[in-house]
Amino acid sequence: MRGTQVAALRDGVPAGLPDILDVVAGFDEALVRGFARVGEQDAAALAALAGALAGTPLGDPVAEAAGKVTAGSVTADHLAVLAGARSALLGAAHDALLGQLDAALGRDRSPWPVTDPAATPAGPEPAGGPAAGARAWLHEVAVSGWRGVDHELLTAAGTPIETALAVPGLRRLAVLLDGLTAELRASVPVGTMPQVPARRWADLWARGMLLTQAAPPAAPGTGTVSGRLLPLGVDLHEHDTAVQAQVHAILEPADGGPPRLVRTTVGAAKVDTIVGPAVWGLLRACPVLLAALAQRRAVTVTDVALHGGDLRWDDGRARLGEPADPFATARVLLGPATAAPTAPLDRHPVAIAEPVLLEGRVVRDDDGTLTVDLDGHPVAVDTDRLPAGGPLTPDLVAAATALLGLLRWDDGWSVQPLAVLATVKKQPVEAHNGDWADGVTDARVAKAEARAGDAVAVLRERAGRLLRR
Amino acid sequence: MADADRAAWRRRSVLRVVAPARARKLAKVPFVELADGRLQGVVSSGTDIERVYVSSVTATTHAYHCSTNNNRPCGGLRGAPCKHLHALADEAVVQYGVDRVARYLRVEVDDTVATGRQVLSRMDTRHEPTPAAVVFSRFLRHLAYLELPASPAPLPELQWFPSTVAGR
Ligand SMILES: [Zn+2]
Repeated sequence: MRGTQVAALRDGVPAGLPDILDVVAGFDEALVRGFARVGEQDAAALAALAGALAGTPLGDPVAEAAGKVTAGSVTADHLAVLAGARSALLGAAHDALLGQLDAALGRDRSPWPVTDPAATPAGPEPAGGPAAGARAWLHEVAVSGWRGVDHELLTAAGTPIETALAVPGLRRLAVLLDGLTAELRASVPVGTMPQVPARRWADLWARGMLLTQAAPPAAPGTGTVSGRLLPLGVDLHEHDTAVQAQVHAILEPADGGPPRLVRTTVGAAKVDTIVGPAVWGLLRACPVLLAALAQRRAVTVTDVALHGGDLRWDDGRARLGEPADPFATARVLLGPATAAPTAPLDRHPVAIAEPVLLEGRVVRDDDGTLTVDLDGHPVAVDTDRLPAGGPLTPDLVAAATALLGLLRWDDGWSVQPLAVLATVKKQPVEAHNGDWADGVTDARVAKAEARAGDAVAVLRERAGRLLRR
Repeated sequence: MADADRAAWRRRSVLRVVAPARARKLAKVPFVELADGRLQGVVSSGTDIERVYVSSVTATTHAYHCSTNNNRPCGGLRGAPCKHLHALADEAVVQYGVDRVARYLRVEVDDTVATGRQVLSRMDTRHEPTPAAVVFSRFLRHLAYLELPASPAPLPELQWFPSTVAGR
């Protein structure tokens, strides 16, 4: 990234974005108070939401739902329409921001294929299906509002989550609800919280509501691909009961096509006491991918499925290749690579995660915040996104001379570090998020891990004795 | 928190609302949670490898109980919390930190309180039998996560849940 590109990101705020975000914020504040009794302020927020969608295919249903909810008729169907309206606005925000990013970076992105409307998703899930319990729970939450969430309401989420976990097509819903309820459980009584994360919880509520409607449509244009995969870095996601490693990489197709920017993702279910570097142990079914990350090597893939930019990992179709320096990959191939579009349901600013290489000085403010200086243009560094399972620390990032990261937007642009080249005590140091994928290489951390013992082994032993088979 | 920070906090999608659990040795107390309005969990028997104790303390009433998973009362309850409840509270503090445990149990603590046992000693506790089945089935569900097959497709919702260095 160059300074002029940073300036283009900072100065080119998409037209209408602040207005969209204000409408969303109004809805989110209403959800904090709940829809049991809609006051004047929240009625205005619902009317603004309907107004923002006026003239679109969602316009009439949203106006009707907003009117009914304001009048006290809060049905799950009305709430689903409101969730859809909020998601549509943030989807538009996503598209505008990604467009701005592509323009600033000169990044080429393939369009989402036009599909036959008759072929897209089956109708909504019939009432009484496996997602009905989750929908009813989200309905109850919206009525009580975040401030009204109590132990009883949280206990009531148990059965819907268990049901959703048992249905493979509802895993996304189950994982979302597990993450949301864990936060609520830790925050109860929410009424006494000094501050409610209004946007965040409304995001999760709205996405959950959409996921209870129907299974998301499969990405069109699905095919298989062969070629050389050059990892740029890995982004780790986790909450109490799920972990996911998302590898950003350049795919050089074997048929000689242009390089493509892809993501490949592997994950596992887990429990809250498996944290830090131990999460890699849950991904051992993918030894080739873990070795490629830990040893910084290329991978040759043969006939693997590619859905848009999502390369479905299949360890059996992957072979470890030659050493491949992610910084060199970024320098040479990030420019010419073609990026992929985001699936419609996933379009939300949180989905923006675009690999970038920043070669500049890192500056630490008095309050500890880090920024990269590119020809006098600062980029904020999101040190909250340094994973517990990797070697990157705020101190190491502060010493960086080059940083490979993901450009993200969360009420402003920032970069999430994936790897750094740094100078520590006059010595060059290189560290990547995936360095510990095959085992911790830092003696001090490895010792602490050994002291805590093997959580997975202890729990598997207990499960073997106690779970009815 | 300054007003500007508060406003910004309400408008962000990715926030660390809860600190992740801290790693701890699981052999003695394989399961601890703050849920259903209770500190509850499962403690392995020191003598019988097939047996576990189910222990809990209720946040609102400070009522405690301990029994085997087959509902046989713990012999260690003699008008005061047994060693299993002590172990449960101590491990809860390791996992969540003393502040979160004390807040959940609605106990006032000061800087001198560092262990779960000390948190228990600050409470006006009383014994009241509760069925072990609810907690035990939550423990079995907890274990069942390790048997769940991985999702074959990416989970886009985990973009809201980045792994974070906090807690290391
Ligand atoms: Zn006992």
